[in-house]
Formats: sequence, C-alpha cells, structure tokens
Amino acid sequence: MTESGTVIEPTAVTEPGAVIETRGLTKRYRGGQLAVDGLDLSVPGGSIFGFLGPNGSGKTTTIRMLMGLIEATSGSAQLLGHPVPGAARTVLPQVGALIEGPALYGFLSGRDNLLRYDSADPTADPRTRRARVGQALDRVGLAAAAGKKARAYSLGMKQRLGLAAALLQPRRLLVLDEPTNGLDPQGMREIRALVRELAADGTTVFLSSHLLDEIEQVCTHAAVMARGRLITQGPVAELAAGARGRLAVTTPDPGEAVRVLAELGITGITVDGDRVSAEAPPGDVELADLSAALVHAGVRLRSFGVQRASLEDAFVALTGEGFDVAG
Amino acid sequence: MLQAEAAVAGSGRAPSPLWTFGILRSELTTTLRRWRTLALLGVLAAVPVLIGIAVRIETNDGSSPGQGGGEGGPAFLSQVTNNGLFLVFAALAVTLPVFLPMAVGVVAGDSVAGEASAGTLRYLLVAPAGRTRLLLTKYASVLVFCLVATLVVALSALAVGALLFPVGEVTTISGTRIGFGEGLLRAGLIAVVVAASLTGFAAVGLFVSTLTGSGIAAMAATVGLLITVQIVDGIPQLSALHPYLFPHYWMSYADLLRAPVYWDEVVKNLGLQGLYAVVFGSAAWARFTAKDITA
Ligand SMILES: Nc1ncnc2c1ncn2[C@@H]1O[C@H](COP(=O)(O)OP(=O)(O)OP(=O)(O)O)[C@@H](O)[C@H]1O
Ligand SMILES: [Mg+2]
Repeated sequence: MTESGTVIEPTAVTEPGAVIETRGLTKRYRGGQLAVDGLDLSVPGGSIFGFLGPNGSGKTTTIRMLMGLIEATSGSAQLLGHPVPGAARTVLPQVGALIEGPALYGFLSGRDNLLRYDSADPTADPRTRRARVGQALDRVGLAAAAGKKARAYSLGMKQRLGLAAALLQPRRLLVLDEPTNGLDPQGMREIRALVRELAADGTTVFLSSHLLDEIEQVCTHAAVMARGRLITQGPVAELAAGARGRLAVTTPDPGEAVRVLAELGITGITVDGDRVSAEAPPGDVELADLSAALVHAGVRLRSFGVQRASLEDAFVALTGEGFDVAG
Repeated sequence: MLQAEAAVAGSGRAPSPLWTFGILRSELTTTLRRWRTLALLGVLAAVPVLIGIAVRIETNDGSSPGQGGGEGGPAFLSQVTNNGLFLVFAALAVTLPVFLPMAVGVVAGDSVAGEASAGTLRYLLVAPAGRTRLLLTKYASVLVFCLVATLVVALSALAVGALLFPVGEVTTISGTRIGFGEGLLRAGLIAVVVAASLTGFAAVGLFVSTLTGSGIAAMAATVGLLITVQIVDGIPQLSALHPYLFPHYWMSYADLLRAPVYWDEVVKNLGLQGLYAVVFGSAAWARFTAKDITA
C-alpha cells in the first residue's frame, strides 16, 4: 500500500472481501419449521452490519449455523474465508459471539466465568489468561463486581459479562445477537460506543436486532430478514434511500393543495387537518416547481418539504407489512 | 489501536499443544468446587464414620459384630474390631453398590446436559472448545471424580479405623498374614480397582447426558438405570445376562485380599468396564458431535 515501504499507517486493519458469506443457507428444524430459507448473505469486512428482522424471522438460527452450533439443512457458509462448520476450530478463536443472551455459571464469580470460557479456547495462552480476563472486565465496566457470584448479577450485568466473554481475545469478527437486551439506556449507549470503538479498531461487527433505531444509529450496512428469507441487504444509506420519503405540506388551504398536487401527478395523498402528506415525487421532479405551482394556485404554505425515509419505512415498503411476528 | 495491533500479532501466535489441557483443569476445578459435588463427597466421607461408630458401640456390649448374622452383614465387617484397616474394605463394600455409583451418576449425567440446560454449552463450543475435546474433557473429569470419590471413602475409613480400632498385621481371606505396610498397599490397590469399576457406568452416564437438554432428567435417568441394572443383576432367572452387566463383577475387588492374589474376576471386571467405556463413549461421541445445540 505504501509506495516507499517505510511508513505503515497505524490505521484500522480492514478486512479484504466478505467476512461472512453464505450461499443458499437453509435450516429446517426437526419439528419441520423452516427457520432460514435460502439465505445469501454477504457481510463486508470492516462494516458494522445490522441483521434486522422481526421476532422469529431466523436471525438467531442463522447465527447458530454460522457458529457451527447447528447443522445447516442445505447451503454453505464461510466465516473469514473458511468454510464452517468444517474449519470452525481455526476461525472461531478470531470470532467473539453473544448468542441469545448471556449464559453463565451461577455458582462461579464473574471473573471465574471468564476464566472458564477463556480456558475453553485451545489457542488462548494460559500465562496471560488472568490479564486478559481483567482487561475484558474493565472494558465492559464490570471490574468492581468481578468477585460477585454470577447468579447475583442483574440482567444488565449478565449481559455485560457475556460481552466480556466475547471480547476475551482480539477478534476479527464480533457476532452480537441482540446485545442491548435488558440494558438501561445508559447501558445501550455504552454498547453502541463500544461497538463503534471496536469497529474503528478494524473488527467487523455483525449485530442482530429487531430494534430499527438501534441499527440505524450504529450500522454502516444492514440486511433485512422476514419469515426466514432475506428481503434486502446493502449500505444503510442506500436501503433508506430506496424507500421514497414523504412529501409533507402544512397549509391553511388543504383542499386546494390536494387538487393542485393531484393535477401534478403526485400519488398517495392524505389529509390530516392542515397537514397534507403524499408520496415523495420521483427524482426528476424539482421540488421548487411543486411549491411554486402551489403558491401560484393561491395555496398559502406554512411549511413544505420531503421527510427522509427511515429504515422502518424501508422495511414496510419492502415487505408490505408491519414489523410483526410471522406465524 | 491496541486491538488492531494485537489482532495482527494474534494471527502470528503459535499456540502450544499443552494449552489444550487448560480446559481439563478448568473442568476439574469447576466440578470439584460445586456445592453439589462437595455434598456428595461429604455423604461418602460420612459413611465410614457411621459404620465405625456403629461397630464400636456394638462391640462395647462384649460381643463380636456380625456374629449373629454370620455371612449376612457386609463383607469384612467382623474383622474391623481386630484391625481398623478392615474398615476401608468394609466401607467400600457398603458404598460400592449404591452410594459411589450414584454420586458418579449425578456428576456424569449432569456433565453435558447441565451445561446444555444452563446455555453455557454454546459458549464453550464457540470458544471454541471443540466437541470431541470437550467430551473427552468431560469424561476425563468424571473419571477423576470416580477416583476422588473412592479415595474419600477409603481415606475417611482409614482415619476412622485407625482412630477407633487397633491396626496391625492383616489376615488375608486365604488365612495367611501380611504386614500392615503391605496391607496398606493392598488397600490402595483396591481403591484404584474400585474406582476403575465405576468407569463403565461413568461412560453410560456421559452418553445419557448427551441425549437430553435437561441436567435433572439426565441425572435421574442415569441413577434410574443404575438401580434397574442392579435389580436385574440380583434376579437369578436372568443369570444369562449377568456377565454383561456392568456391576456384576464389582465385588471382585475382595480377591485382591487373597494370598496369592486371585486376578481372574478382577481382570474380567476391568475388561467389562473397558468395553462399556468404548461402546458408550463412542455412542456419546457420535451423538454429541452430530447434535444441534439450540439451548
Ligand atoms: N430449537 C428450535 N426448534 C424448532 N424451531 C425453532 C427452534 N428455534 C427456533 N425455531 C423457530 O425458527 C424460527 C426462527 O427463530 P429464530 O430464533 O431464528 O428467530 P429470531 O429472528 O432470532 O427471533 P428473535 O428476534 O425473537 O430472537 C421461529 O419460527 C422459531 O419458532
Ligand atoms: Mg433471536
């Protein structure tokens, strides 16, 4: 990268290519439930990737397959360029995971829980184990409660300890399944800050959530699942842009405004008191022309503009339905 | 930044093959520090104390214990008053049919299923512990527990025996006498053989443990299986089955107290335990490595 070969920028190490890549990944549980259906997912290196979907849409099932916990019914998956579950033993030391909330040994202290998880990794040096555990505890703000038995932890403390376990080693990929579950607003902010910090250090973060704002706030990329199928994936900005925003007009003359807008070919017009809202016009329509037309027709304007589409609008536009649990 | 540098350094690290045993150490300390394990060991340690005190009280009446019942009482009990060392053999004879295997059944049955029901199994597997490595670790730690449990009984019996009764030369079952030192050696050998007698059942427990996601169910099923097999072993009409039942040769350890030692049944016992370990160990492996971990 550096022509002279002398200076190596201490910037983030970004991953070349896709960090997670699946091809037709499918899981049918033994009960017959088709939980994930032909998933083609591609998570670019260095991204904060939001994995979005309503309850029961197959997010956790996908993560379980990626981590080699369950076997795919068909299809394949690659993690950091290696096939899983085949090469799981080589890749997983570089992957931290929080799956379906934390699970702890209630009879062990927080520190002893981490010592145990660390010793489960055959690539973890036992000489530096205590130091690693101490750092991980510090990182999630649990150092003061490290000696307490895990069964006496609050939900948020358990969640933090689970995160600490995922951060025991420097990871290239972090898979977090609903990491802010059970956290207070302060805790949520801390997790978001932590995720951004890790991403700045070059770790790819794969974050599943059913909270749209959460994804919108931290993620650079997102994929949307519904009923086990991938609806769309790509950079968050593009996804939101894909859904057209809403034209919002506030006026004391709503009746006249509706007539003028309809004449100009604007669709989906609704009126609520002095507020007229409609689907945003296609890109080739100049907004200024619209407002000029309204004013010309004697419509008095209090405000006029296009509201940016949120990820939620994008989701509704894509699925044609709300963010509800599939049957 | 630190994170990134460490990641770069991390990709070049060469893990030592010895590091793989970290999980065994963790497994052992986790198992042995559990309140439940300590309670089981406490019960096992109490058995020789109770036997010792009972024998001591009875002999204070002036009679020799077990005389009325003849061969009825547990083996070796009548010799305890003459030699405290016999309390070791008597205590093992009392605990081997039920108490010892029950403790092993609880620990083995809970080993995988308990982690599955707590959800900790998934985090061990993504660590990644490796399924085969984890199963071997679990079995190894159950085997260590077999030895520890047996030693707890033996050492507690030795202490109580030495405290309440005279110790000295040992009269073997064959009638000859051996020195106290050699008697102690035989006691140690017997403890190891008794512990080895439990390895087949431990493998059965491990297998049961891979079948279910509930620790309680696995423990109950394992202990239930033990009781069933013990009952079948006691029904003469089913004697054709007996040589294949894991507890059938358990009491053969007494042959180690003969002079010369009679190895026949001891060897049969150890062979049978090995067979159970291989068959049920393989079954546990086949099941565990193919299992969907969804808990
Ligand atoms: N162990 C299981 N056995 C059978 N079906 C299951 C199992 N786990 C999940 N399912 C089914 O698979 C589908 C997907 O579940 P999954 O847990 O992957 O959803 P999710 O997207 O993680 O939902 P949530 O947001 O609630 O965590 C659901 O219909 C669920 O009922
Ligand atoms: Mg889930």
